Amino acid sequence: MRMKIENGHVLDPGHIDGLRDIWILDGRIEAVTEPGAYMEKADEILDAEGLFVTPGLIDMHVHLREPGQEYKETIESGCRAAVRGGFTAVCCMPNTRPVNDNAGITSWIVQQAEKAGLARVYPVAAITGGLGGQQLNEYADLKGAGAIALSDDGMPVLDGQTMRRAMEYAQAFDLFIISHCEDLSLVAGGVMNEGTVATRLGLGGIPNISEYLMVEREIGLAELTGSRVHIAHVSTRESVRAIRHAKARGVQVTAETAPHYFTLTEEAVGDYDTLAKMNPPLRSEADRQAIIEGLQDGTLDCIATDHAPHASMEKEVPFDEAPNGIIGLETSLGLSLKLVHDGFLSLADLIRLMSKNPARILGMNNDLLPGAPADLTLMDIKASWEVAPASFASLSRNTPFGGWQLTGQAVATIVGGRLVYKV
Amino acid sequence: MYFSRKDILDIASLSVEEITHILDTAQGMKEISLRPVKKVPTLRGKTLILFFHEASTRTKTSFDIAGKRLSADVIALAKSGSSMAKGESLLDTVKTLEAMQPDVVVMRHGTSGAARFIAGHLKCGVINAGDGRHAHPTQALLDMMTIREKKGRIAGLKVAIIGDIAHSRVARSNMEGLVKMGAEVRVAGPPTMIPKGIESYGVKAFFSVDRALEDADVVMMLRMQKERMNNVLFSTEREYAREFGLNEKRLSMAHSDAVVLHPGPMNRGVEISDAVADGPRSAILDQVENGVALRMALFYLLAGGVRNADED
Repeated sequence: MRMKIENGHVLDPGHIDGLRDIWILDGRIEAVTEPGAYMEKADEILDAEGLFVTPGLIDMHVHLREPGQEYKETIESGCRAAVRGGFTAVCCMPNTRPVNDNAGITSWIVQQAEKAGLARVYPVAAITGGLGGQQLNEYADLKGAGAIALSDDGMPVLDGQTMRRAMEYAQAFDLFIISHCEDLSLVAGGVMNEGTVATRLGLGGIPNISEYLMVEREIGLAELTGSRVHIAHVSTRESVRAIRHAKARGVQVTAETAPHYFTLTEEAVGDYDTLAKMNPPLRSEADRQAIIEGLQDGTLDCIATDHAPHASMEKEVPFDEAPNGIIGLETSLGLSLKLVHDGFLSLADLIRLMSKNPARILGMNNDLLPGAPADLTLMDIKASWEVAPASFASLSRNTPFGGWQLTGQAVATIVGGRLVYKV
Repeated sequence: MYFSRKDILDIASLSVEEITHILDTAQGMKEISLRPVKKVPTLRGKTLILFFHEASTRTKTSFDIAGKRLSADVIALAKSGSSMAKGESLLDTVKTLEAMQPDVVVMRHGTSGAARFIAGHLKCGVINAGDGRHAHPTQALLDMMTIREKKGRIAGLKVAIIGDIAHSRVARSNMEGLVKMGAEVRVAGPPTMIPKGIESYGVKAFFSVDRALEDADVVMMLRMQKERMNNVLFSTEREYAREFGLNEKRLSMAHSDAVVLHPGPMNRGVEISDAVADGPRSAILDQVENGVALRMALFYLLAGGVRNADED
């Protein structure tokens, strides 16, 4: 089976930037050629005129809710949302029910994802048993079953010694830690960013220090142990500064932020809108600006969504009682392209943030070269569209971006040479 | 050779010549244990005090038997039942012991450096029977004796030390001794058990046991310290056994003539499988046997005379 993607503007930052034809044979890239330069017969032809063709987007941080909360999302529905958003691969966090802290669940997730046959799914397994922050899990087993990294996402590992040992122990199995940085003693029951909006609304505030204090700890532990650590969902200017300094002195730290942290501020909570409730919370304008700067100068390596599906009934409650999180797979590219349209980033920068860097962090190479797996995203960066949650592939609708007008979206997604999504 | 040391506190302070002399002397002592009457009058009238501040069965018994086979008077003290249990300081206890005119004091203590501390205050000889995470010189010497017996030499051998290196005084003393005697030493275990700066011992460190075992002539397993299980150093015993334990399959990575050592007590099924512990390559009981001879040699060298026993 040979596929040809013709007339597209191929953009593989650092390698290719121009009109090319891409030939795919049996799931792998066969050739990337000047238009019309390779005269084989294709079984399937995809006309990409006016489109950008890029290495597949990768979302390092999603919640697929299965096993345990299939009413919010399943692996299949989450993967459908992913490919609709242009993602060819996602990393799913372990805070399922039961928690993905053993090889049985990890391999079950891998099997379910294979059955769905849409995006690639790389399970992130728990650092500690039941996300309890105490007993290290069997990393050798988890790695063998397909775990790509370790995280107690949703819960911080509060005990410094446990985190130190986790970082060290993970080295033996060539795994790395993704850290959810949150000092719960400083969160102290807060539900949104600490500041004037929280004061006005009479809601408990979460100060920036609850995040960056733990970011500093993880940097220190990575330095101490010589381990690699990835900081999840960075939201504060102090965290950006800490990561920037750490990178400058050679600490092996990488970091991600999410589209909502460079798009929204605490003002979005407005009149107790639970769709703007997330953890870490939406911060101040100064934080938002610092996040954008962090993306510009490479301090923040990638954009991940923290896709967190919740049922409508769960969000339709008083603000204090609502669960944290919003979905993001189907709006991520559109919101991130806004940074390109507004002149903050080049398109090549954005592809680095959404595809190349996640691949590098995960230990993969997604260069568009002959022999590589054919994972590709085709995007129309000029198409204007309205965010319509009712039509999402995700089972959940909890997004604060409903009704927003965005410019640019994925129009086709190819995973392993198969067209898994097309507008 | 004239052996002039007052104390045996660690391996680092012994020269290659001294180590060789101790091993040669021990080899001569070994024959005494094989006689129908296992006793010689060499140290008759000498007083040896075994002061074990930390629980021990095998090491204490080994020293006890060693002293008795040389006809010394051996007095054993433990922390419980001694004045230290009543709150007396280590220094005052040492001064009290000194006043009783012993010839050698053997001490085990949970604190690194404790043996050196008492040696500085005692006129008699001191043998360190294990202090904290620091040193266990008699164990290392008996291990070297066993290796030399089994392989005919130490220089040039590839020795893999596997397990909780960070907390092991046995590992430290063996690294010092084996490197000094010309062996190539590799250590391996989970990264949580490999301390920073281990390379300063002149050893190579691996997180993969298989890599450390490649072509090894000697495999020395360390005890998984169950009492430290609640501190997070690894996940489960099951995973430890599978990833870092020695079984027959993993042993096949080593040289076909490799010998297996373990300082004991063993956690069977965790760091070592039954089949290996009881298998043809196991020298674990030889270590115990050699332990008595080695300690006889040290008593003899510190309290008795200057000549090798086999020169008598």
